[in-house]
Amino acid sequence: MSEKKRVRNVGSDIPFFTAMIGLGAVYVGLVAAMLIADATVASWTDITDALAQREIRYAIWLSLISCTMTTVLSLWVAVPIGYLMSRYEFRGKALVNALLDIPIVLPPLVIGISLLILFQLPVGKFLQDGLGTRIPFMLPAVIIAQFAVACAFAVRTMVASFDRIDPRREQVALTLGCTRAQAFSSVVLPEARPGMVTAATIAWARSLGEFGPILVFAGSLRMRTEVMPTTVFLELSVGNLEGATAVSLIMVTVAVIVLVLARRFGSRRSLA
Amino acid sequence: MIQVDQVAIVQGNFRLDDVTFDVPEGACYVLMGRSGSGKTTLLEAICGLRPLARGRVFVDDQDVTRMKPAERGIGYVPQDGALFPTMTVRENLGFALRIRKEQVASIAARTSELADLLGIVDLLDRGPDDLSGGEIQRVALGRALAYHPGVLCLDEPFSALDDETREEMHGLMGQVRQATGCTVLFVTHNLRDAETLGDRILKVEGGQVIALDERPPDLVRPAS
Repeated sequence: MSEKKRVRNVGSDIPFFTAMIGLGAVYVGLVAAMLIADATVASWTDITDALAQREIRYAIWLSLISCTMTTVLSLWVAVPIGYLMSRYEFRGKALVNALLDIPIVLPPLVIGISLLILFQLPVGKFLQDGLGTRIPFMLPAVIIAQFAVACAFAVRTMVASFDRIDPRREQVALTLGCTRAQAFSSVVLPEARPGMVTAATIAWARSLGEFGPILVFAGSLRMRTEVMPTTVFLELSVGNLEGATAVSLIMVTVAVIVLVLARRFGSRRSLA
Repeated sequence: MIQVDQVAIVQGNFRLDDVTFDVPEGACYVLMGRSGSGKTTLLEAICGLRPLARGRVFVDDQDVTRMKPAERGIGYVPQDGALFPTMTVRENLGFALRIRKEQVASIAARTSELADLLGIVDLLDRGPDDLSGGEIQRVALGRALAYHPGVLCLDEPFSALDDETREEMHGLMGQVRQATGCTVLFVTHNLRDAETLGDRILKVEGGQVIALDERPPDLVRPAS
C-alpha cells in the first residue's frame, strides 16, 4: 500500500492581492488627493467667476478646438506611419524609430525653441510666405506646437495597434482581388478602429496638457494664443491661486468628459 | 491546373530550391512535410504572397509569376481561416464580389449558393467570433470560392479541428470539388487528410519537393 498522498499547502493568495492593491492604491490615492487639494482651494464661486471671464472662455474654446484639430492631424499622420513601421522592414528603420521618439523624450521647452528656430530659417520663412501668414505667436502656432508632441504619442499607439492585427487577413484580402489600398481600407483600417480611438484620445489629452512648446512658440497672448494651461500659468503669475486652481478643475472636468465619451464610443464594436 | 517550374525561395537562412511539380486540372494534391519544412512558404509563394528567388508559376497555363495575388485567380484558405472580424459571415462570403463591384443581387445570389453548398445558411448574420473552428473553415472556404477561382490553395485548414469535424470537412471538400471542379493544393501534416483528400502526395523535405508514388485509385475519394 502506498502512503497517503500529502496535500501540498500552497498558502493564501491574500498577500499577493494585498501587495498589488496596496501598490496600485498609492498612485490612485495620489491623483485623488491632488484633485481634493485643488477643490479645497477653489470654491464653486471661483469656478463660476472664472467661467464669467471672456478671456478664460476663449482659452477653453481654443483648447477644445486646437486639441481636436491636432488630434485629427495626428491621426492622419500616425495611421500611415504606424502601418509602415509595423508592417515593413527597411534600411534606416532604426533611425526613423529614434526620430519618432524624440518628441517624447525631449523637454517640451526644447521643442518650442526648435519650432521657433525652424520658422526663422529660410525654409520656415518660405512656408510662411507660401501660406501668406506669419506662424509664430499666431493661432496656427498653437496647433503646430501641440501636434509636434501629441503626434509622437499617436504614432506609438498606432504602431502597437497595427502590430496586434494579423497580417494574414490582409494577405487573404489580396488574394481575393484587393489592391494594397483596398485591403488596407476595407480590412486593416476597420480592425484598427479601437487603436485609432485610443491614439486619438492620447493625442487629445496630450495636446490639452501641452504648455511649454505653446508658451515658447505661440506665446501667451490673451484672446489670441491663450489655451487653458496658459491661463493657469497667467493666473498663477499674478498671484491668483484660486483662479488658477479653478481653471485647473475646469480642465480636469472637460478632459474627463471628453475621454469618457471617446472611450465609450471607441469600445463599441463595429460589427452589429 | 498549377505548374511550379524550378522555383527557388530564399528567406534568411531558409531555402527551397529547384521545386518543380504540376497539379493537373481538377486534381487535389497534398503537400506534406515536417513543421518548418517550407510547405506554407511554398503555398504562399504560389499565391503571390512571397517573392520567388527563381523559377515560374503557372495557373491554368498562364504565367502568373509576376502577377499580383489579386490577379492570379487562386482561392486561398489559411490555417486559422483568417476571417475578417469586423464583417458578418455574409459580408465575408461576399467580400471578393464587392471588391469586383458586382451587383448587390448577384452577390446575394452567390452568397446564398455558397451558404447552401457549405451548410452555413444559419450562420450568415453571425460574426466570426461566434463561430466554431469547423464553421470558421467552412466560411473561409466559401469566401475563397466566391469569385469562382480555378485553383484553391489550402494551408492546414483542418489542423485545429476535432476528429469528427475533420471527417465532416473531408466530406465537404469532396462536395466542393465535385461542385466547382477546382484544382486543389492542400498543405497538411495529417496523414488522414492526405489519405482521404489527396490524389497524389508531395513531400517537402530538405528544401526540395519530392512526389511520392501516385496514389492507388481506390484511395482517391473526391466525393463522399
